[in-house]
Amino acid sequence: MSDLLQFLLSGLTVGAVYALLALGFTIIFNASGVVNFAQGEFVMLGGMATAFGIAAGLPVPLAALLAILGTAALGVALNALAIAPARGAPVVSLIIITIGAAIFLQGAAGLLFDKQIHRYPGFSGEAALRILGATILPQSLWVIAGATLTFALLWLFFSRTLTGKAVLATANNPLAASLVGINTRAIMALSFGLSAAIGAVAGLLVTPITMTAYNTGVALALSGFAAAMLGGLGSPLGALVGGLLLGVLEALTAGYVSSQYKDAVSFILIILVLTFLPQGLLGRKSTDRV
Amino acid sequence: MSTPKSLALAAILLAMGSPAALAQIRIGATLAETGPAGALGDPEAKTLRLLVEQINAAGGVLGEPLELVLYDDGGDPNNARTYATRLVEHDEVVAIIGGTTTGTSLAIRSVAEDEEIPFISLAGGIEIIDPVHPFTFKTPHTDRMACEKLFEDMQAQGITRIGMISGTDGFGASMRNQCLDVTAGYGIEIAADERYAPGDADMVPQLTNIRNTEGVQAVLNPGFGAGPAIVTRNYRQLGIELPFYQSHGVAGQAYIDLSGAENAEGVRLPGTALLIADQLTEDDAQRAVVTAYRDAYVGRYNEPVSTFGGYAHDALAILVDAITRNGEADPDPVDLRDAIEATAGLVGTTGTYSFAADDHLGLDLTAFRLLQIQGGTWSETP
Repeated sequence: MSDLLQFLLSGLTVGAVYALLALGFTIIFNASGVVNFAQGEFVMLGGMATAFGIAAGLPVPLAALLAILGTAALGVALNALAIAPARGAPVVSLIIITIGAAIFLQGAAGLLFDKQIHRYPGFSGEAALRILGATILPQSLWVIAGATLTFALLWLFFSRTLTGKAVLATANNPLAASLVGINTRAIMALSFGLSAAIGAVAGLLVTPITMTAYNTGVALALSGFAAAMLGGLGSPLGALVGGLLLGVLEALTAGYVSSQYKDAVSFILIILVLTFLPQGLLGRKSTDRV
Repeated sequence: MSTPKSLALAAILLAMGSPAALAQIRIGATLAETGPAGALGDPEAKTLRLLVEQINAAGGVLGEPLELVLYDDGGDPNNARTYATRLVEHDEVVAIIGGTTTGTSLAIRSVAEDEEIPFISLAGGIEIIDPVHPFTFKTPHTDRMACEKLFEDMQAQGITRIGMISGTDGFGASMRNQCLDVTAGYGIEIAADERYAPGDADMVPQLTNIRNTEGVQAVLNPGFGAGPAIVTRNYRQLGIELPFYQSHGVAGQAYIDLSGAENAEGVRLPGTALLIADQLTEDDAQRAVVTAYRDAYVGRYNEPVSTFGGYAHDALAILVDAITRNGEADPDPVDLRDAIEATAGLVGTTGTYSFAADDHLGLDLTAFRLLQIQGGTWSETP
């Protein structure tokens, strides 16, 4: 019994990490239909910048704030320098541009920071909490809280604010959106800035658990992308559910089946889900007007 | 620029540059300074640059300066092959150092063997030199030796049943296989065999299963990078009290820092003399070599030395020693190869090298030292 609880807590920890990564994909996808493969680099940069800020003697909240602002600025710059000039290019081309940006950011981070693995202590200490014979690290609670809060804010943003609706309108039909007075260029800049900020928040929350290095971005982007696909790309709730589900699934497979096949089992399940629900568990059905 | 002036300039340049350029001893290297193995290739490249500078400042080899031609292959075997060919055909080097990973080393080996140029690899895989290829040598220990060193210690402590949790990356997977191969010789049984992927954030389920396995007396974690540090944190999180063994893949201060000194306390692993430079006794053969390298590296780059930089140090030392013994500043590749194979009792940071026709690794188990982490630093177990 305590084993099951331990596996679940472990799965929630990993799942919350995935969920935070997956949430980063939603805004840009909703604004442009582009899957931003540089999202993992935002996560890496958030973690690395915080680690270096703390190492330089800054208090943790200040280091975290600087990391978030710096990464957000980089997201806006990425849009201005690489995505905006290619406006009107097919979505696939834009996705390839984000892959190029990811490779560039990784190389730049290797030069700007260094090639070592970095970590800083958890925000609420490192002593494991005991729950009915199972253990969980306090930082895991931070990650779970971070994922939940990010989800809630995103959900409010898209369903309750005019700007959020403008983002959705831009994705749906950029021409019609600009005709009704939406500044689609500003919306794109905003969506890249917000996505980068969410990535940085994810990075600085998960680094005490996963650690970070200049080359961790690609793997992070892929696991976040898998979680987002499972839950339904573009849906904040889908990202949360997809991430948590994937994490718990992996932990249970590692615990009860075989740790060797844990990734295989979860990806087979993703394929099954996508075969029967191509939009993911909670994704919107796409309808074409004829 | 008028013609007479440029001619004069050309003549001066020729007079100044070419005699030295002709006499320089060119050493080639292709390393993974960037890419997935960047954390290994980076200190290797830094080490080669530093040492070549030092050697030249001290008068070079046989009175001639060394010239290092170094390419960054990013850990990609295709690039490594291209650069190795370029080193041989265009740069006309006397020997190649490199191959940060086993994959790139095998690519360079095929070029070196075809072109008959001596090649010293810095990668761990036993397949690089087993079976022996005439022109290929390597400096790091093999995974198999690490397993043997650890099992020796377990045997001495009466441990017979262990749990193993290995990374599925190249390093972890290879060492896991080598360990499974040599268990019988030491009467060790792997009662639980768990795996994790390189990017995993949490290994608690695997460790829970090892803890629940009947009769496990110790846990071994072959792995590289962040994985072993996460395993170590999870190990303490679960409150497992069994003896905990790590591999030489984490033999660096970074492992202790990432795991947290209190979590890494008591962990045992096979490491090199480089990690315990200050604790080596006065009569230890490696003391002088190891402290000199460490002081020079830390002094220049202001970052701790790693075992990987040490592999590059030893490769260059072997090469310089062989060129010196061969006695020619423009050595014939086959003669140089023979001189490398004749290396005997050369003290490096990794161990003492003695090559033979059937042994192009040149190290034995004594090169590994069984280290234990105590109070956030390494100490040699008696």
